[in-house]
Amino acid sequence: MTDDVDADKTAPSVTEAVRAATADISQPVRDVGLIVGVLFGVYALFAVFVFNQGLNSVVSTLRVVTFFIAVYAMLALALNLQWGYTGLFNIGVAGFMAVGVYTMGILAGDPAGSPPGLGLPLPFAIVAGMAAAAFVGLLTALPALRLRADYLAIVTLGISEIIRLTLNSGALNSWLIETVGIGTGAGSGMGLPSFSARGLFYVDGSTANQTALAEVVFAVTGPLGIRESVVIAWAYVFVLIVFVVGFYVLLARIGNSPFGRVLKSIREDELVASSLGKHTQLFKIKVFMLGCALMGLAGILWQGSQGFVSPNSFMPIVTFYVFVALIIGGSGSNTGSVVGAIVFVGLLFEGPRRAGGALSDALAFTANPNTSWEALTLVVSGEPLALFAYATDNISALQFVLLGVVLIVLMQKRPEGLLGHRNETAAAVPLTEQTRSIRGGESDEQ
Amino acid sequence: MSSDDVTADALATDATGDLSAPPESQDSPVERAAATTPPAVPLRVTNLKKTFGGITAVDDMSFSVESGSITGLIGPNGAGKSTTFNLISGALTPDSGTVYFNGQDITGLRPDQIATRGMVRTFQIARELPEMTVLENLMLAPKNQIGETLWRSVLPGVRGSVIEQETELREQAWETLEFFEIDHLATNEAGTLSGGQQKLLEMARALMTDPELVLLDEPMAGVNPSLERKILDRIHRLQEDGLTFLLVEHDMDVIMQHCEHVIVMHQGRLLAEGEPDTIRSNERVIEAYLGEDLE
Amino acid sequence: MGLTNSIELRELWETRRSVVLLGLFALVLCVDLLARLAGVEVGLTDSYSFGGALSLTRFGGLLWNGIVIGLIIGLAGIGLSMTYSILSFANFSHGDLLTTGAFGGWAATYIVAAVGTIELGSLLVVRAAGSVSPADIGANIVQTPFAILVGIVVAAAVTIAVALVIDRLVYKPMRDRGGIALLIASIGVALALRYIIQFIFGSRNRGVTDTTGVRVELVGISVNLHQLTLVVAAIVLMIAMHLMLQRTKLGKAMRAMADNKDLALVTGIPTERVVRATWVIGGGLAGVAGYFVVLDRGVIGFNLGWFLLLLIFAAVILGGIGSIYGAIAGGLVIGITYNVVLIWIPSDFNEAAAFALMILVLLYRPDGIFKGVTTA
Repeated sequence: MTDDVDADKTAPSVTEAVRAATADISQPVRDVGLIVGVLFGVYALFAVFVFNQGLNSVVSTLRVVTFFIAVYAMLALALNLQWGYTGLFNIGVAGFMAVGVYTMGILAGDPAGSPPGLGLPLPFAIVAGMAAAAFVGLLTALPALRLRADYLAIVTLGISEIIRLTLNSGALNSWLIETVGIGTGAGSGMGLPSFSARGLFYVDGSTANQTALAEVVFAVTGPLGIRESVVIAWAYVFVLIVFVVGFYVLLARIGNSPFGRVLKSIREDELVASSLGKHTQLFKIKVFMLGCALMGLAGILWQGSQGFVSPNSFMPIVTFYVFVALIIGGSGSNTGSVVGAIVFVGLLFEGPRRAGGALSDALAFTANPNTSWEALTLVVSGEPLALFAYATDNISALQFVLLGVVLIVLMQKRPEGLLGHRNETAAAVPLTEQTRSIRGGESDEQ
Repeated sequence: MSSDDVTADALATDATGDLSAPPESQDSPVERAAATTPPAVPLRVTNLKKTFGGITAVDDMSFSVESGSITGLIGPNGAGKSTTFNLISGALTPDSGTVYFNGQDITGLRPDQIATRGMVRTFQIARELPEMTVLENLMLAPKNQIGETLWRSVLPGVRGSVIEQETELREQAWETLEFFEIDHLATNEAGTLSGGQQKLLEMARALMTDPELVLLDEPMAGVNPSLERKILDRIHRLQEDGLTFLLVEHDMDVIMQHCEHVIVMHQGRLLAEGEPDTIRSNERVIEAYLGEDLE
Repeated sequence: MGLTNSIELRELWETRRSVVLLGLFALVLCVDLLARLAGVEVGLTDSYSFGGALSLTRFGGLLWNGIVIGLIIGLAGIGLSMTYSILSFANFSHGDLLTTGAFGGWAATYIVAAVGTIELGSLLVVRAAGSVSPADIGANIVQTPFAILVGIVVAAAVTIAVALVIDRLVYKPMRDRGGIALLIASIGVALALRYIIQFIFGSRNRGVTDTTGVRVELVGISVNLHQLTLVVAAIVLMIAMHLMLQRTKLGKAMRAMADNKDLALVTGIPTERVVRATWVIGGGLAGVAGYFVVLDRGVIGFNLGWFLLLLIFAAVILGGIGSIYGAIAGGLVIGITYNVVLIWIPSDFNEAAAFALMILVLLYRPDGIFKGVTTA
């Protein structure tokens, strides 16, 4: 069985070396191409749903889709750092997001508002929100990272629910307002300083006083019939995309480094990593905190743009969405995380809703059954469209069913994700076969 | 000796307990005195004990390993060899007893602390990191990697020094792979290697930590004879470079031919200790092995 | 003697500090509870005091409610504990099996109770829409005991069927996979199952039982007959479980597999049959538990099982995964905690308190608090 160790020691041929080199260079280019390709595929699909409502409507729909793609891409990347790289099975994503968002909201909130905040500068509040999420991550990590993966899952879900229930508590809110003078807003939620790209377009927020950028952009979009508010909303989405790129670069750098190499070794076999002298617990804590901070930031950028947050935004289902996005693309791969977010939002999250709407508009159902039983009796009595009508009315339920089925099928047939098995080099230098033939020259130089 | 005696001994734990007690009182003090007088004793273990839910896996083990030697740790199945390894390397914490490495008490330290001090181990069943390439497996191991700090691996200004060190490590990894003749597998994922190749990978990876003492847990288990010769050859070449080896092995012949010093365990206890020739003729050792064969 | 004691105490303090602290905290709570029951109050600051006034009736009521919900959680926990140990994964869709049983069972109860007087459509979908009120149907233990009995049986049967179909479609092709892959698949099952139920039965939370005449005086104590039915039935089921596990060959095989799967395989236990039996028993009990949740609360909704899932996990972990008696005991501890903590904390925190208890147990006694006491 081991004669093959001695055999087959042929030197790499020139063509092989060239192929290895080009593969290494063009990999990022191909990944960007893949992401953009999938994104435009999804765009095309959505344009079909709303094209008859005019360009403004198309652009506005695509903005919503892109917005969700961006936030889920950020969250999937953050989770990829924890689960994909390091194997830490955190299903409390929503909870860590909530900590970030609420910390930001309380610190930056209006002291005279309801609930009252502290009125601190926004950039400080955002950083503090990330720090708070990281801190709660630390509190979770210190004891819990010793646990088996399935126990860690239950603990993180429990913590996420404790966070949500705490924020939802009316008693806590009134106690906080009485004693500290700040509040969470409990079940009725809390206003947030609204994030918007308006400042880029209007001087002092006045629509009459446009910036130079606005004049250029509006000159193009105006004649196309795209409203200024849609353009401004798109501008915020571009800001989000910049953050996604930032997350991606950060993760890629971590992955291609000795630090990332240790993370992957922990995922593969923690005892081996520690037997080779790596203080695995420390690595796990660091990466868990960083991931939680990124989840906090993603939450802030998401909820902040809506100007309002309530504990209902952090139900466990949000965590499962992020998992689905990551699993679709393939956990462990950054490109996969982004592609997964696009596919998830396009086909599972926003898609079915739009398709249902388009379908019910197109078919103009006459029957309108209230329950599944009514729908069934109508079908039996010769009105087959009644079932469609009921289904489009209850499209959100079917969407969740689809989500569940996709998750099951992926785990059964393609646990490595749509992109298949990918190996992103765990070193700061290329590790191709070809590095052997060039290393002689390198050592000469030294 | 008659086979009846052996079966009786194997069945009656009291009897075997009696058997294993005398060698300590007779042989050990001599051995210990010899081992502790010269300064070069990197590893010394005293009165190590570990129980699992009432079953004593390792009981009052004391021995030492001389610098630059290949020391064999043998014993029948279930003698407690792997547990002893786990206790020394920090994977398990002993109930009592002490482990000294280069004169320092390292009992109860974490595996990574022990590895950083210069004692590294391999595993009985090869534990490659399956989804990492062979080169990545090797480059994981070296100590003092500056790029293992999060901020250094990420911030643009300081990454230059990381890349410089990575280039050196890659060079070192290629050399080590060539030494073990698995360089043609460098870019393969470790999970795709055959059992024997994984054994070589594990040794190569352990060496990348630049150790003083290597604990090898059955490096030849499940390996064909030609590869076994290769592994033994590499061990001897590394010994010439000054490395010390503690070798757990099931196969008595290998140990007898290649070790300067042999420690025999039986039922968690030290049965005998000495040079291969004296061990070979030790009746208790023969009995222990025969007893196992009869089972 | 005194000296050795103090040495032991110090050792305990140094080695298991957090456990000692937790124990002390529990002790303070117990003393506080006794003080409250005795009506003793010692003021500490203006707004905080030790002890207080707590009527025995209120305490008894909380305890009783705790036992009721605890038995439900325990019943559901048996199945979760068995699948966790025998199939080696945390089944996140177990809560939705409760929902399955609740809807299946109550649809049957409704049909038996009111078919002929109320149109079938409203009954089959358990009042998903329309103007029929629970009082019109009049399903309760006093007026329609037979309908309730049928409901319990159908709840079990429907849930067993669903559990077996899910196992065949989802888990069986994945038997050789790791616990995390199965866990993720079970999240998929949870979503699909829950929203299929929502699709069929609607998303509205609505009243189900007719409570007229359900609360009666028994030996001077006011008793809810629905709760009493539930407690009796749950205890009967638990005893039946115990007998099955101890006396039958199947029960012994299941205990062996829960104990050590590999060993059981070697000794020739028919694995697939045991797995099927696990789903039958676990699913059946989950379905009945779901039915009982509605019997107790009088309200049904497609989320009811999912909201209970973490509490059931808490019970199972508390009792030690794989232990059936542990699951029952854990259920009671969680149920009682869930209600009795209301003495100290506002009602919007009692769920959080139960989760916190579960997390503490996972961190400090991952094998459960009864480890070494129970056998099955």
